[in-house]
Formats: sequence, structure tokens, C-alpha cells
Amino acid sequence: MSENIKVSVRDVAMTFRRDGKELSVLENVNLDVRAGEFVCLLGPSGCGKSTLLNIIAGFLRPSMGSVQIDGQPVSKPDPRRIFVFQERGVFPWLTVTGNIGFGLQNLERSERDARVSHYIEMVGLRGFENSYPHELSGGMKQRVEVARAMAMNPDVLFLDEPFGALDSITRLVMRRELLRLWEAEKKTILFVTHDIEESVQLADRVVVMSTRPATLRSIVEIDVPHPRDFSAPRYLELRDAILAEIGLAHQI
Amino acid sequence: MFRRLISLLGIGVFVLLWWTGVHFSRTHILPTPLASLNALKELSRKGLLFRYSIASLYRVTWGYLSAVVLGVPLGLLLGSSRRLRIAFNPYLQILRPISPLAWIPISILWFGVGDVSAIFIIFVASFLPITVSAMNAVANVSQVHIDVARNMGLSTRAMLLRVLLPSALPQLIVGLRIALGIAWLVVVAAEMIAVNSGLGFLIIDARNAGNRYDVVVAGMMTIGALGLLLDQGMRRIDRIPWLKAREMGLS
Repeated sequence: MSENIKVSVRDVAMTFRRDGKELSVLENVNLDVRAGEFVCLLGPSGCGKSTLLNIIAGFLRPSMGSVQIDGQPVSKPDPRRIFVFQERGVFPWLTVTGNIGFGLQNLERSERDARVSHYIEMVGLRGFENSYPHELSGGMKQRVEVARAMAMNPDVLFLDEPFGALDSITRLVMRRELLRLWEAEKKTILFVTHDIEESVQLADRVVVMSTRPATLRSIVEIDVPHPRDFSAPRYLELRDAILAEIGLAHQI
Repeated sequence: MFRRLISLLGIGVFVLLWWTGVHFSRTHILPTPLASLNALKELSRKGLLFRYSIASLYRVTWGYLSAVVLGVPLGLLLGSSRRLRIAFNPYLQILRPISPLAWIPISILWFGVGDVSAIFIIFVASFLPITVSAMNAVANVSQVHIDVARNMGLSTRAMLLRVLLPSALPQLIVGLRIALGIAWLVVVAAEMIAVNSGLGFLIIDARNAGNRYDVVVAGMMTIGALGLLLDQGMRRIDRIPWLKAREMGLS
């Protein structure tokens, strides 16, 4: 197993200094992610899971510890590993085509057009090639984000609550699309969410994080094959195990 | 159609009030609307209207363009570095409240009486607002957009041209429009002192050479009309399709 470890997080801690006070956000985080694996980081809002994702992606430097990807230490963002922001990462001055092709300037024009066209098709935005983001719905913008990231052909995708701003129907559709893309292209995916159902629907493994300072509480293997049935006993069992782990009853 | 009618009515009422005021006050100095119009015709016939308008526009063009050429890059530079901003912002803030007209004596000292002096005044007047608006526009660029570009491995140059500039453009255009308005205000004042042609000179000369207030008002009308045209021209640039996204608060 150790030979196909893609991402390796070792003893990572993060402290922010604000108004002279030290705020510990992450403590003693250790995590290995295999190549092609779909891992969800699950935790309550503000627990530091986004900070962890930003550290792994190279946008932040940890106060302690280190992150290695393919055996190389991570010190800055890299085009081989793309971070998918919420829909606000879409450039409003570019059309759908312009956005999706944004990172492909170094490719030959024909190659670029082909790739952009492929991903427009894949995320179902055919017919909107020349639309500007303000003409699109939130879900469509989110698909532009995902398509832009996929078009870079990265090994790793980082997604930070990408579907949080969408309505529940669009969210389900987007999850299915993401799984479809993941199965088609076998990327390694790290996905931050505060939604337990979402994590159980998507991930191979769910990393449950505690509140601040966040540390890894447990890692739950989701051994349910795709497509997952939301009412299957095993699905519910795993979901309830995570609920219990977080300290919530599954009643309201 | 209705709107047009209302605004025509507004102009009608204004002209009527003007005429009544002049008529009943029995002033011999202030002109009636008709007298001003005749003065305008006279100026036009002599070719002065065209020549002076061109002279003023020429100065504004050079002063304003050199301010754009220097101010926009400087503003982009200051906007993209917090350190530079902290270092240079105090100078900008101290220079900003000084009226551009206060530079007239120094300008004449440096460049003498003539075009260069007036152009320099216009440059000073538009340089600061342009620099400050370019700086703020870049400082306001969304961090997410910058991170997306960093993630894709953009060079500094590409970052500037492909992200910072287009993202800052809507706010920058507003700044450029305001600065052009200021430049047009200032050219008139500069021409009253530093040169002997142009619409500002026309006005001050008409007063000095025998209280020709009909010519003064004709000059004012021309300045207003040209200023309006300049602003309309700048507004056209505002109609870039994606700029609407900002208006809708979806940037």
C-alpha cells in the first residue's frame, strides 16, 4: 500500500496570530491518501478543515510539520493539483469557454479547443460556451469551476465545500457528476465538507475532524460500492457511526 | 418619447426663466439666451469656436493621456503590493487635497506661459485620481481569483495582464471617467492663466476685452457641451458585457 501513497501529511499543526493572541487551528494532523482515492474531510464549520486543505494545496504554510505529494514536499500551489473554489472562483470577465480554457494557454490552439469542448460537454454546458458567468445559475457556475479544474488534467483535485451554496437538488446532481468524472478519470480527490450525508455518499474514506484546534478524530472506511443507495443498511450504519462519532443522535 | 418631452420642457422652462430674469432686471451686462446664441454663431463664423475647442481638447488629450500612461501602471503596482502601498499612500493622500490650480505658478516657472504649462496642470489634476483608483481597483481584486491564477502557475506578467487588470477594469474605468471630468474642469482654469488660446482663454478674454458677457456665456455653453460629449464617450466603454456582473453584485 505504501508505494501508491499520493498525499502524505505529517505532524501538521497550524497557529494563527491575531491581535497578539495565538489561535491554534490544527494540531498533530497525520494523514495518507492513496492515488485515485476519494477522501472527505468532515467537520463542523470553522474547525480548520479548510485550513488543512489549503495547507495540502500549498496556499498556506503549516506552523509545524510537512506535506508531501509524490514524495516531494509541498511549498506552493502547483498546476498538477487544482483547487476548486466555490462558484466565486469563476472569472466574471471571461465566457464559459474562456474560463475553462484559462489554464491551457500553453497548449496548441486546436488541442486547447478540443479539451475545452470535451469538458463543456462533460459538465453539460453545451449551448452556454459564450455565456458570461452573470448569465449562469449558481449550479452552472460551479460546473464551470469543476470543468476548469478538470481541463488542467491534474492528478489531484482539492474541493472546499464546493456545493455548499447550491440548492439541495442541484447539489445531488453535482455530486453524481463529480463521481462520474472521478470514475472516468481516476483523480485523487480531497473534498472538504460539513455535510455528513455528502461525505458518506462520495468518499472512499471519511476523515472526521474535531472542533478547534482540529485534529483527526477517526477515519471511517465507506465500503459501499457506487452507485450508493441512500437507504441501504450499510450506508445508514456508516452514517450513524459518524453521527455518533461527532456526538449527535440521529433524531431531532 | 415621454422622457424626451419632459426634458425638452425642462430646457424650455430654464430658457424662459433666464430670459425673464435678464429682461426684467434690465441688466445691460448679462446676455439673453438669444444674444448668447448669436455670440456662439459669431464665434463659429470667425472660426474661433472650432480653433479654441481644438486647443482645449488638445491640451486635455495630452495631459490626460500622459496621466493615464503613468498613473495606471503606477496604481497597478501600488495596488498589488501591500508594502508599496503603505510606503507611498501618505504621499498620495497629502497631494490629493491640493487643488491642481495651486500648481499653476510652479508650472509657469518650469514650463513658461504656453501649452506645456497647461498640459502639465491637466496632468497633475488627472494623475492622482487615476493612480488612486487604479491602486484601489487592484487592491480590491478578489483573493480567490488571485489564488486560482497562482494555482494554474501564471507568471507575474500573466497574473497582471490576465487577472489583475481585467478584474480591476470596471472600477478603473469609473476612476478614468471621473479623472477626465476633472481634467476638463481644470483645462478652463489653466487656460485663463497660462495660455492665450482655448475656451478658458476665450472666456477671460471676452470679459477683459469689453465685458462681452454674451461671448462668456457662449464659451460656457461650449465647455458644457464638449464636457458632456467626453463623458458620454467614456460611458460607452462602460458597456463591456461582463461589467454587468458587477452591477448585479455577482462579481
